[in-house]
Amino acid sequence: MTPPPLRHRILTASLLTVAALYFLMPVYWLAVSATKNSADLFGTFGFWFADPHPVDHLTEVLAYDHGIYVRWFANSLLYAGAGAVCATLLSAAAGYALAKFPFPGREAVFTVVLAGVLVPGTALALPLYFLFSAMGLSDTYWAVLIPSTVSPFGVYLCRIYAAAAVPDSLLEAARIDGAGEARIFGGLGLRLMTPALVTVFLFQFVHIWNNYFLPLVMLSDSGLYPVQLGLTSWTGYADRQPVLYQYTVGGAFLSVVPLMVLMAVLQRYWRTGLTEGSVKA
Amino acid sequence: MSRATPSRPEPAARKRARGAGGSGPRRPSRTRARHARAAAGFVLPFLALFGLCFLAPLGYALHQSLQKTERTGPLGLGREHESFAGLANYAQALSDDRFLAGFGRVLLFGAVQIPLMIVLATVLALLLESASARGIAFFRTAFFLPYGVPGVIASILWGFLYVPGISPLVKIADSLGLHVDFLSRGTVLWSLANIVTWQFTGYNMLVLIAQLKAVPGELYEAARIDGASARQVARYVKIPLIRPALVLTGVFSIIGTLQLFAEPMVLRPLASSIDSGYTPNLHAYSEAFVGNNPQVAAAEAVLLALVACALSFGFLRLAGGPAGERR
Repeated sequence: MTPPPLRHRILTASLLTVAALYFLMPVYWLAVSATKNSADLFGTFGFWFADPHPVDHLTEVLAYDHGIYVRWFANSLLYAGAGAVCATLLSAAAGYALAKFPFPGREAVFTVVLAGVLVPGTALALPLYFLFSAMGLSDTYWAVLIPSTVSPFGVYLCRIYAAAAVPDSLLEAARIDGAGEARIFGGLGLRLMTPALVTVFLFQFVHIWNNYFLPLVMLSDSGLYPVQLGLTSWTGYADRQPVLYQYTVGGAFLSVVPLMVLMAVLQRYWRTGLTEGSVKA
Repeated sequence: MSRATPSRPEPAARKRARGAGGSGPRRPSRTRARHARAAAGFVLPFLALFGLCFLAPLGYALHQSLQKTERTGPLGLGREHESFAGLANYAQALSDDRFLAGFGRVLLFGAVQIPLMIVLATVLALLLESASARGIAFFRTAFFLPYGVPGVIASILWGFLYVPGISPLVKIADSLGLHVDFLSRGTVLWSLANIVTWQFTGYNMLVLIAQLKAVPGELYEAARIDGASARQVARYVKIPLIRPALVLTGVFSIIGTLQLFAEPMVLRPLASSIDSGYTPNLHAYSEAFVGNNPQVAAAEAVLLALVACALSFGFLRLAGGPAGERR
């Protein structure tokens, strides 16, 4: 095959570069601005440094209000980490059963789960709040954690993957060897489904980490806030306390970096998982 | 998202399961009972939580939306009690001009932003998959990074890039003699659209690339040998092949757009034109927490869910449906 003409390559490269500038520009602005104090944030040109003191400013963010930012970050990790682990295991078990066991009502269950994928999450958040506050669960860790453990999309993905990747003959062989169903699932099913599980975990982790509406309606104690909610509470006060603008920028920077690293490193898993989801669906 | 495709292997699996235990007449039924028990053990934990977090709130919202709070006693200062209100809350929601305007706004937003974003994602995916591209890993990562930025943070970030006193973009435009206002009544909706596009284009691009890669390379080769240009291959081979993924991203974008909340909520203090009813979700939220009117808020949440389901199913139908496409 002949290489494409130079004209094409130049055109492609310039289009890609323009797009990259667009996608990276706000991140670059954030990185530059995280090194500035309040005065420079407003007084100097946003796309260039002015007397950078990144470490000092970021330490101030972490120390402000008795380290509330660290607490928010830990909360986010708890919600997203614990929620995603539970959601992955629950989805794996349900998807595995839906794929591998013919039981009455199976299709009905799957249809309901699929409908769950299409119901907008925030349309559920308000009713969920009414329900949880009637049960006395609102404004607790459980109010965010419990809904985070449910992922209809995860069940959907796990079912498709299990149907393709877990051979019936292997399950039969394990049964003939006398293994119980729970052991077969734990030892065999989970291992064969690992790529799908990584994807479900990632999706759910990012979904919970990014979720704003649910914690906003559920929580009023700022000690329970995840990072996102905490940062918006800072911007809300920034009119009266302008240093909070600086802290918001610093806090946003600190919260974005780990997730972006995660995205870049784990791109491969997003891809395999998505192929599974969109091609075999 | 078809029900039919994943369930296709079923009959074979069922036959095999029966065949394996089919030595006596009692064996299969015992196997089946054992299977049903195991399946229940695997499915029930999920179903219980799904019921609590999906079905119960929907049911509760439906119930709430049909109630009204009444106060007894002189001057309505007595005890509160709930009574059946029929469809009064729905009538109130649907006759609220601001709620309807919010719906109109997100529909306009979706009609412009979704096609724009999907076209952009498709172009970037095709460019990255074309033979002319260099530095593919870098560009792919750069485009995908914003997906790791939560909507709230993205809005805070772009908010700083929109506000006149602090934004370097406004400063650059000023020095070029252009006066841009990202937050005026006319422009703020498109400034919001920009935030959403920035966040999700890369993600959609990745979905499309995955689908492009799933197509055997010989197909492209064959088209090329038949004399098709790179552009013709893209137009007549690649785009039809990624149609299911395009439909899927379309559906998820529609659902996402109707839920628009975090972005306008964060930009609200910056832009006076964003009021408490700017999007349906914002309206329901303020009904519930500011207006102290949970029943109307519940009715609005139900309406929102219904419209989202209707639109995404309608879109699936209209687009031929990924199921029909793949059969």
